[in-house]
Amino acid sequence: MLRDITLGQYYPADSVIHRLDPRVKLTATLLFIVSMFLFHTFVGYAIAGICLAAVIVVSKVPFRFMMKGLKTIWFLLIFTMVFNIFLTGGTVIFEWKFIKITEEGLSNAAFMGFRLFFLIIGSSLMTLTTTPNQLTSGMETGLRWMKKIHVPVHEIAMMMSIALRFIPILMEETDRIMKAQQARGADFEEGKLKDRIKALVPVFVPLFVSAFRRANELAMAMEARCYRGDDGRTSMKPLKYKRRDGISYLLLAAYIALIIVTDKVVLALL
Amino acid sequence: MLYLDKVNYIYQKGTAMEMPALHDVTLEIGDGEFIGIIGHTGSGKSTLIQHLNGLVRPTGGNIYYNGRDIWDEDFSRKELRTKVGLVFQYPEYQLFETTVEKDVEFGPSNMKLPKLEIQMRAFEALKTVGIGEDLYDVSPFDLSGGQKRRVAIAGVLAMKPEVIVLDEPTAGLDPCGRDEILEAIDRIRKERKITVVLVSHSMEDVARYVDRLIVMDHGSVRFNGPTHEVFQNYAELEKIGLAAPQVTYLTAALINRGIPLPGIATTVEEAREMLRAVTGVK
Amino acid sequence: MIKASKLAYEYIRRDEEGNVEGVVRALDGVDLDIKKGDFVAILGHNGSGKSTVAKEINAILEPTEGVLFVNGFDTSKEEDVWNIRQSAGMVFQNPDNQLVASVVEEDVAFGPENLGVPTNDIISRVAYALERVGMTAYRTSSPNHLSGGQKQRVAIAGILAMKPKCIVLDEPTAMLDPNGRKEVIATIHELNREEGITILLITHYMDEVVDCDKVIVMDNGKVVMQGTPREIFSRPEEIKQHKLDLPQVTELACELRKDGIKMPDGVLSVDEFVEAFVSKYGKK
Repeated sequence: MLRDITLGQYYPADSVIHRLDPRVKLTATLLFIVSMFLFHTFVGYAIAGICLAAVIVVSKVPFRFMMKGLKTIWFLLIFTMVFNIFLTGGTVIFEWKFIKITEEGLSNAAFMGFRLFFLIIGSSLMTLTTTPNQLTSGMETGLRWMKKIHVPVHEIAMMMSIALRFIPILMEETDRIMKAQQARGADFEEGKLKDRIKALVPVFVPLFVSAFRRANELAMAMEARCYRGDDGRTSMKPLKYKRRDGISYLLLAAYIALIIVTDKVVLALL
Repeated sequence: MLYLDKVNYIYQKGTAMEMPALHDVTLEIGDGEFIGIIGHTGSGKSTLIQHLNGLVRPTGGNIYYNGRDIWDEDFSRKELRTKVGLVFQYPEYQLFETTVEKDVEFGPSNMKLPKLEIQMRAFEALKTVGIGEDLYDVSPFDLSGGQKRRVAIAGVLAMKPEVIVLDEPTAGLDPCGRDEILEAIDRIRKERKITVVLVSHSMEDVARYVDRLIVMDHGSVRFNGPTHEVFQNYAELEKIGLAAPQVTYLTAALINRGIPLPGIATTVEEAREMLRAVTGVK
Repeated sequence: MIKASKLAYEYIRRDEEGNVEGVVRALDGVDLDIKKGDFVAILGHNGSGKSTVAKEINAILEPTEGVLFVNGFDTSKEEDVWNIRQSAGMVFQNPDNQLVASVVEEDVAFGPENLGVPTNDIISRVAYALERVGMTAYRTSSPNHLSGGQKQRVAIAGILAMKPKCIVLDEPTAMLDPNGRKEVIATIHELNREEGITILLITHYMDEVVDCDKVIVMDNGKVVMQGTPREIFSRPEEIKQHKLDLPQVTELACELRKDGIKMPDGVLSVDEFVEAFVSKYGKK
C-alpha cells in the first residue's frame, strides 16, 4: 500500500498553470528565485507577493494545501528570523539584560522571512502543478543543448523516470523485508544506536540483492523492447510550445523588468 | 491457542487513503490443527496473518494467545513471534547471510540462546525441510529457487514455533519445487506436531492437505469449516473469484448426468475410489 | 516464423574466485519449427532450458552451435538484432520488472518510441494495443496501482504496440493468482485467434497448454516430447518423468485405466471426461 505514495506532491487540478509546458514552469521558477535577489525595498516584495498570489489563485491549488507542505520548513523559517532579529547590530529599540533588538534586525528578519517564504511557495507551486513525469521530460527537452557539452541529458532523464517508477516498489519491499526479519526476531526499535544500525544489515542486504535483480531484469526487458539510447528515438508526447506558453514567457519578462525598474525608482526616491 | 475476537483493521486510519482491510474477523486456531486460508488477492488474507504474530496492530477487536491479549502492555510480542512463526510470500527474498547455516541461525540467535543450542536448532530445522549438510556452507544466493525457499522456512522453524504460518509457500515454483515444499510441510507436521496455517491459491493443494479451510472475501470470513464441507459450496466460491479443485467440478458434473456418486470429491484419490465403486471394479 | 536447427547454448560456470568450474550446456541440439499463426507451448521444469530458448529467440543470447532464424533473420547476425526484437516481442515473468514508465500509456509507447515511430502513429498504436488487451480504462493510471494480471496485460500491450509477428512469453503467469492467470491466458489466445499473432508460451502449468496447437516438452536442454496436447497427455508416465504435472482429470482417467475402467487416452477437460464416462457407465 506504500505504493500509493506519490513523489513530490502533485496536486491534480484543471488550470492553465497545470497545462503550461513544464519548460516554462522550470524557467519561471528559476527566474522567480533569481528575482528575489534583484530588489532591496519593500516595494519589490509587494510586487513579488502580488504576482505570486495571482499565480496561486490561477493554479487552483488551495493555499491551505500549500501550507501543509510547509510544515517541516516552518522551523527553518522561524530559526532564520530569530537569528536575524537578535544578531544584527544597529539602532537599538529594545534592550533587556544581554538581549538587544535593533531596527535593522527587525527589518532584516522580515525581509529574510519573506524571501524564504516566497522561495518555498514559488518552487512548491511548480511541483504541485507538474507531475514528476512532466518535470523529467521538461528537463530532458529543455536541457537538450547541454548534450553539446557532453552532459548525458537523456540518460539522466531516463534514470529519473525509472527511479520514479521503482522507488515506491522498493519502499514497499523494504517494509516487507523488515516485517519478515521481525518475524525472525529482529528488533529495530530497541537497543543502542550501534545495535540498531547492526540490525539493519538483514534489511539492506536483501534489499540491495533485490534491487540489483530488478535492475538486471529491467535492463533485459528494455533491450528486448529495442531500447538503444537516445539516437533515433521519438516520443509519444513531444513537448510543443503553445500560445499560452509564449504569453507566459512575455509575462515573465514583464515581471522581471517591473521588479528591476521599480526597485531603481524607489531607491532613487528614498 | 490463538483466538481472534472481532478483529478489524483499517488501513491508514485517519488519512485520506483510509481503507478497510479486515471486518469483524472472529477465528480460533487450535493446537495441532492444519488450517488452510484461501481468498483472492486483496481479500485480506495477508493482512490477517500479519495480525497473528503481532506485526500489525488491529484497529478494533482483540487477539489472544493462550488466553492472553497480545496487545497487553506487559505482553512480549517479540517472544510471540518466536511462538507464532510467520513465513512470508517469496521468503527467499529475506535471506542475507553468507552461508545457509548462518542464515538459519539468525532467528534463534535473536532469541539469545546458547551457541550450541542455536546450532542444534539450525541443524534440526534444515534436516526437517530436506536441506543436506553439503549445502550448509554454501551461500544461500547460489541455491535453486525451491532450495532457497526451504532454507527460508527453516529459518523460521529454527525458532521452534508452536504455530507456523506460511503465506503462499509454493508461489512461482515448478511442480517439482512445489512438491518439495509440500513434503517439507508434511514433515514439519509429522516431526514437530505443531499447528500449521497454509495460505494458498492452489485449491488442489489445500484440498489434499488441510483439515479445516477458512475462506476470506472482502476482509471477512466467508466460510470456515472442514475442507470437504467448504468445497461443497463450490458455486459460491466461484462467485467470489475462487474455484474448487477440478475433480470437484468433475464429480458434480457426473452427478448431474445421473451417475450415482455419494457426493463430490475434492482429491484425485477420493474421486478414484468413488468411480471405482460406481463401476463395480474391485 | 521460428526455425532452429541443432541449436546449442553453453555457458561457463565460475566459482567465487572466477576459476572455471565447468561448462554448462543449457541447450543441446534443439530443433524447432514454429509456423506463422501457431500457438505453441514449451513446457519444462525449472532449469530444463526453456527460458534459454526464449532468450535465444530474442537474440539476448547468441547460439554456441547451430542456427536460429526468427522471421527470416539469423539471430547470430549483430546487424539484425533490432529487426528480430521487433518481430518477436518478449514478455517476462515478473510483471513489475518490465514496465518502465510510471504511466500505463507511456509504458506502452516505450517500444514504438525506441523504434523511432512518428508521434501520431505512436498514439494510434498505443490506443489500439491497450484496446486489444482491455486496458484502455487504465490508460493514465500508474502501473503500481494495477493487479498482477493487469500489469502483464500492459506488458503485452507494450509488445503489441511494436507490431510484432510473434510474441514469446516466458512464464508470464508464474507470479499471478488464478484470476490473473486466466486473464493473461485468455488475452493471448484472443491475440492469436483474432490478430493471427504467433504465440510461444513458456510455462510449467499443464492446464495452460490444453488449448494450444502444439506442445513441446523440454528437459535437460533437449526437446524430449512434441505433439498436440492430446498426444502429449496420452503419455502420462513420460510427463511425470520429466518432472511435470498432469491436470487432475487427465491423471484421474489414467489411474482409472490402470484399475481396468475403460477411459480413453489423453483426456483434456472435465467435459471430455464426463462424456466418455457417461457413454460407458451411464444409464442406458
